Order: sequence, then structure tokens, then C-alpha cells
Amino acid sequence: MTPGRTVSRRSFMTVTAAAGAGLVLGFHLPSRTARAQALPDSVPAGARPFAPNAWIEIGADGLVTLTVDRSEMGQGPTTALAMILAEELEADWTHIRLGEAPVNPARWDRRMTTGGSASVRLSWERLRKAGAAAREMLIAAAARTWGVEPYACRARQGAVIHLASGRSLGFGDLVALAATLPVPADPPLKEAQDFRLVGHPLPRLDTAQKVDGSATFGLDVRVPGMKVATIARAPAFGARLKAMSDTAARGMPGVRQVVTLEPSLIQPQHDSWPTPTPAGVAVIADHYWEAVAARGALELTWDPGPHAALDSAAVRAQFVALAARPGIVVRREGDGESALAGAHRRIEAVYEVPFLHHATMEPLSCVADVRPGACEIWAATQNQTAAQEVAAAILGLSKDAVRVHTTLLGGGFGRRLEVDYVAEAVRLSKAAGVPVQVVWSREDDVRHGFYRPASLHRFAAALDAQGRTTAWTHRIVGPSIDARFGPLDQGVDDSLIDGAANLPYAIPNLQVEQAIADLPVPVGYWRSVGSSHNGFVTECFLDEIAAASGQDPLELRRALLRDRPRHRAVLELAATRAGWGSPLPAGRGRGIAVAESFGSFVAQVAEVSLDREGVPRVHRVVCAVDCGQTINPDTIEAQMQGGIVFGLTAALKSEITLAGGAVRQSNFHDYPLLRIDEMPVIEVEIVPGAGSPGGIGEPGVPPVAPAVVNALYAATGQRVRRLPVGRIAKG
Amino acid sequence: MPRRTPGHHRDVRPLRLTVNGRLHTVEVAPDTPLLWVIRDTLALTGTKFGCGIGACGSCTVHLDGAAIRSCTTPVSDAAGRRITTIEGLSPARDHPLQLAWIAEEVPQCGYCQPGQIMSAAALLAHTPKPSDADIDSAMAGNLCRCGTYQRIRRAIHRAAGNGE
Repeated sequence: MTPGRTVSRRSFMTVTAAAGAGLVLGFHLPSRTARAQALPDSVPAGARPFAPNAWIEIGADGLVTLTVDRSEMGQGPTTALAMILAEELEADWTHIRLGEAPVNPARWDRRMTTGGSASVRLSWERLRKAGAAAREMLIAAAARTWGVEPYACRARQGAVIHLASGRSLGFGDLVALAATLPVPADPPLKEAQDFRLVGHPLPRLDTAQKVDGSATFGLDVRVPGMKVATIARAPAFGARLKAMSDTAARGMPGVRQVVTLEPSLIQPQHDSWPTPTPAGVAVIADHYWEAVAARGALELTWDPGPHAALDSAAVRAQFVALAARPGIVVRREGDGESALAGAHRRIEAVYEVPFLHHATMEPLSCVADVRPGACEIWAATQNQTAAQEVAAAILGLSKDAVRVHTTLLGGGFGRRLEVDYVAEAVRLSKAAGVPVQVVWSREDDVRHGFYRPASLHRFAAALDAQGRTTAWTHRIVGPSIDARFGPLDQGVDDSLIDGAANLPYAIPNLQVEQAIADLPVPVGYWRSVGSSHNGFVTECFLDEIAAASGQDPLELRRALLRDRPRHRAVLELAATRAGWGSPLPAGRGRGIAVAESFGSFVAQVAEVSLDREGVPRVHRVVCAVDCGQTINPDTIEAQMQGGIVFGLTAALKSEITLAGGAVRQSNFHDYPLLRIDEMPVIEVEIVPGAGSPGGIGEPGVPPVAPAVVNALYAATGQRVRRLPVGRIAKG
Repeated sequence: MPRRTPGHHRDVRPLRLTVNGRLHTVEVAPDTPLLWVIRDTLALTGTKFGCGIGACGSCTVHLDGAAIRSCTTPVSDAAGRRITTIEGLSPARDHPLQLAWIAEEVPQCGYCQPGQIMSAAALLAHTPKPSDADIDSAMAGNLCRCGTYQRIRRAIHRAAGNGE
């Protein structure tokens, strides 16, 4: 679908009325770029051709098809965006359909990426305006048909009604005329109290196909003539292939070709997403299992490369050395060092968190069909723009020559922002001259990730004689994600310090520093990014201050959040619902934590005990969330539930460790996930909010680990400062 | 690391498989995991690949009514037996579990859900009114990274008419 004409930058919409197509609206609004996708556009906006943000197509049959640029990986953006549009359009919800995501990201007005819990936040305003504009055009068409004034008509449930006479025309009957009318530049938006869909729980549009096996994920793509490839990748970071014999592999059933892949770092332009890929040897066969069998028969000799001695102890040693000297100051209020020097009492602690893997349930895969002068890609991706750019760069094609088809994603959590697996498929299809599906085994997936950075945190706090907190210093040490994208602004990586530099507590002397470690481990965005570690360490250290000063953890937070009403509101709601302060069974403890991330505020209270072997058992998590204007409350609840499980897995179970310059874990036996028999009861309370919507995909994660660890302290008196928690000796 | 060593038996020969009530003759190596025959040879992609070592449950199908991990079951073990996949669970796609999954809005990404539903269906077939402990025991081998477990539990109770 492309616009029929170029329009001036001053209009934010264009309208086309192709024969039989009904009313087609493409609309464009300038967008503020989210930080998680902070890659500046090289082309000045005014110089670009008309590129819509989204399309609405209203057919003569009254069906409304919405095209959106966000990927569905379970977090529910497609239903939420459709709800926003249908609300302003006054559409009949049962007539809403979702179209395929745009296949040419270069002709879209913003980078097509799904991340940073930004899908609703960055589409709320533009979708409302688009829906409202279409509604006004349909009303105008009806008014003209009846010879009445537009203000005498209302749109409701997919039809326009003339109030005085009760006459009614369905949208489908109006589209032909509506398509000839001018697009209103500034259509009136509905008042929040008039919302019929937004803010009300609705069934998701993608559920039915997910219970009968008909949903198409990346691995389910089948293209005529397609072959399947698996790759034996470098066994250590930076390892190189020294020698290879593929004679046996080539002779195995179904094997078509063996292809050697050089290690690479592809960065199509200075401002686009850089993609590293390791050295590897690919086997292309008729079916996956044949490719796997032949991969096992390859005889490969590797030069382990420069990082063969790297292990987790070496990483930790580098962190400890960096933590011993001053870092870059990213926030400074008052004079933390002087206040600490003159403190009545000083509290110090060091916290550590490991590398983590995304572990999407669907292993990575991609289909590429490279032909002379063109390339088609099918991928479960969070980053269509980068997929297109990396393919164009590999093939020396223009971006317009590369089409990207987006499937459902079997989980993303940030891993699918990377397009390494797309680059592999493109290279292999180019080499083979046929469509190739690259399929990663679970072992490939675990060992060749872009991991949540490990980090070490050094804290100190000062208490005065009255037990008041007078100073807080926090030094964060870890590798940088964002350094990959170019020089850091003043040496600061926001993805390392988010959730720490914006500490909400009113402490007069406050200093946060950051020191970046240099490691060859690929790191990337992982659900809730910096807040995934900073939420844990800051909320636990605050709990240590509460314990040291003999204050209730909730009361201390309330006092230090006196100027933060949204933090306080979720804390108080979670505490009330959890029965904070009420008696618990023997051996059980309660912990509380709060975090702001991605525009939303979440507090959680966990109830925890130890089982007979000293393994923590989480019984209950009460969660209060304020994400501003709610779109689909059922999805908000689901995302809080899911975020809590994700965070609990990290708190209790997950750890990527290194040995011999490689990841030691390989599959779910040594990278375990939380199971149904380990589930706490989760209760979610949503604070009624107004204004702009906040994110929901990520904000449920950060408070879980600290709530659990603080509860363990309450239950056992033992303070855990390193994740995963593991077994605790009973006191 | 537990890992299958494929490729020992390259003697490709015809095998007769009954999948969702239909008889198929496939020509594959007998050590090929049933999962890949279902997905690649029979083109039934509702059964998912998750781990390849029987550790996640995404590949769960029924073999003579019992829930098994098709990723670690050689196709030769399934020959001549009754195989049911998610596509064959209910011809009208209205198995009580499927309806309950929709009513409880269980899926997020949805990838693990066919395996979850097949494990739950085997549970209900022999335990029509499962307790929470029964659900824990039958479902603990099915991982969900999106964390839909609480809704899975509710949906199983709903399908069983447990009136939670």
C-alpha cells in the first residue's frame, strides 16, 4: 500500500479513494523519538517524501483495517492501538481488522521498532487524531447525503446517525463520498469520560489463532523452494575458523550446501543499527533435522582468539577494580562525600547482578529470499528498519528493494531488536540462490545472545543522629550497550544508569556515578533495561537504610517520597492490599519496592519463606500500577503478571556465566525458567489514571527482585546482595 | 550437556503414521524426532520447537492419548500409534480448554500455548476435576516465558467446570 500522491508537509494526512478500496487514510505526525530507538534520522524530515505513520482503510463492506508499525510479541500493542483508533472513529469493534505491518520500513515516517514500552505512548496522539479525522469525514459525507449540517449528526458503532430524524448510514455506505472530502487538520478529540473502548477490558484480537495452532510465528514461515540452514558458530567470543572438513557433512541425506561465514560487523550507515555476527559454518539442507545432523558431522578447528581466557571471575575482577575509583558523575546534588565523611553513621554495601539471556520461547529464525536486485525477508522481528538496512547493506541494494514481512513473535523482550539472524539468512540465501530459513537451536540461542549486562554496584549512605538519611552515593559498574551505536554523550550510557540516576528519594546529598567496563560479551536491551538491575539494587539498599535506622521500609519510603505523589500512591495501594504490617505465618516475611520506568509507576509487595532446603518460596505478590490513561486494563494486568514472572525468574534462577571466553549455559536445564508449580498468587491493582498513557510491557519487572529480597530479609534476617538468590542457609 | 547425536541411522525408509486420524506414509530417517516430521514433513506447524531436549514442553503432542515431548521421541517410536496434535485436538476448534483459554485471555506471545493446551488436555482426559496440585504436577514441564501460568491454571479449572 503506497500513497497515491505526495502531499505537503503541512498536512498530516492524505486520502486516497481507489476504485473498490473505499476510504483509505494515510496519516503522518511528527514524532518524538524514543530513547530506546535513539538513532537520529540522517535525512531532514522536510526532505523526505510523504511517509505515513499508519493506514486506516474503511471498505465499502464497513470493515475497518488498521495497519500499524508495531510488532506483536505478546505485550498486546496491536489490540491496544486498534482500540485507540476505533474509539475516536466510533467504529464497531467487531468490524476492526489488523492488516500486515508495512513491508517497506524506508517508506515509513519513523523507524519501525518495537521496544522501550513505547508502542502506545508514541502512537496515542497520532492514532486519536487519525481516527477523529476519519470520523469527521464520514460525518460530513452523511450530512451532505442528507442535506443537513454535520453538527446535527453523530458517529456511533460504525454508522452515522442524524439525530433529529434518526436516519442512519453505515460507514461502508459513506466511504466513497467521504474519500472526496478534505481531511480536517485538527479534528476534535473525544473527552476521556466519553470513552467506550479505551479504558475498558476487551478481548485481544490475536487470541483465537493462538489456541488452535494456526498462528504463524517466524519458525512457521514456509516459502516455495525454501531450504533450511543451521550454523556452527564460533565457540568463543572472537574465535576464528582455522580449518574445516565438510566431506562427511556434504554426503549426508538432504544436504545441499556448506557455506563458511566470516565474522562481521555490519553498520549500513553511521546512524543505523550495527549488527555483529560471529564466524560460522552453515549447513543448508532440505529439512531442519538433516541440517542439524550434518552440522554434527562437520570437522571444525577453531582459533580461540583473543578472549579465550575470559571467565566470570575476570569480569568480576574488572568490575571490582573499576568500582574502587571514581567514575563519571551522572547526578550530583549537595555533597555526598562530605556528608559521608561527617556522618553519624555510615552504611555501605556492594551489589552484583549477572548477565542474563532473553530466552524467548521461540528460538530465532529468519527466511530470506534473495534474487537479482531484490530481497524478501520474513522474520519475527522487533526491528524491521534494521532488518531492511542490514539486508540492503549486505546485498548492495537500495532499501526500497528489500521487503520485510513481520510474523508474530514468540517472545521478544529485546532480543529481537537485534538482526544478526536476519543478516545470516540474507547471506545464506545469497550464497545458495534459493530462499533459506536459518533456524537456531536452543543451544545457539542461549550461547549467542545479546545479554543483559552484568553489573556491580557500590553504595554508601549517611545517617544523622536522628536516623535521617543525609547522603546516598551509588557507583554503577558494567559494560555499555549504547557504546555500540557511537560515541556516548559525555561518556554516559543511559541504559546502564536508568532507574538509578533518577532515584526519586528526597536525600539532600546525592551522587550517582557510572564506570563502563570493557568486555567482548555482546550486550543488548533486556526487558526493563537499566531498571532491571537498578530497581533491584536501589530498592534493596534503601531497605538496608530502613533496617539500620530502625524504620519501617514503607514509612521510610513514604517520608522520602513526600514530593512524589504517584510513587506514594502505588506504594500505599500495594501496601494496603497486601495487608502491610498485619501478622504473617511463622517463617514468612514481607518486602516492598517501588520503581518508575517507561512512564509508569509500579509498587509490589512480596511474601516469601524458605523451604526445608533453604530455597526461597514466593507465596504472593501484590502489584499496584499507575500507567496514566489505561487502554486495555486486561492487558495491563497480564503484562504485570508476566513482568513479575520474568522478574522472579531473574531474581531466583537465571545466570549467564562465562568460561573459556564463552557462555557456559546452553538450554533450559542450566538456564531454568520459573515453572507453574513455583508461581506465587499475583494480585494486580490498577490506579485510575488520566492524561497520556505510560508503558506496560516493562514496568512490571523492576520491583519484583527487591520486593522478594527485602521479604527474605524480613523472614530470615539475611541480606542477599547478589542475584540469583539461590539457596539460603537457615539462621 | 544433554544433546541428541543425530545421523546414526541414515536408512531412510517408509513409516506409517496416524496423525489426527489420517494415515500418512513418510520417508524419513527413523531417528528423526517426531516433532520435525510433524512440522517439516506433514506441514503441521502448530506443534512448536522450543528446546530439543524435552525441557520446555512446547512440542507436546498426544501419543495414544498420553502427552509426550515430540522433540525427543524418534519417529520410529510413533509408527503405528495414534498421534494427536493441536490441529487435531478438536475438529471445530472448540475443545473446552480452547474455549477456556479464550475466555481467560491466556495467551500473550502464544508460542508455548499449543503445548500447554495439549498437556492440559491429557490431564483432563484422566483427571476431569484436577486440583491445583494435579495441575502443578501435569503442567510443570511446560514453560511459558511470558508468565501466563496464573491464567493457565484458571483456564484449566474453568474447562473442568471447577467453578473457580
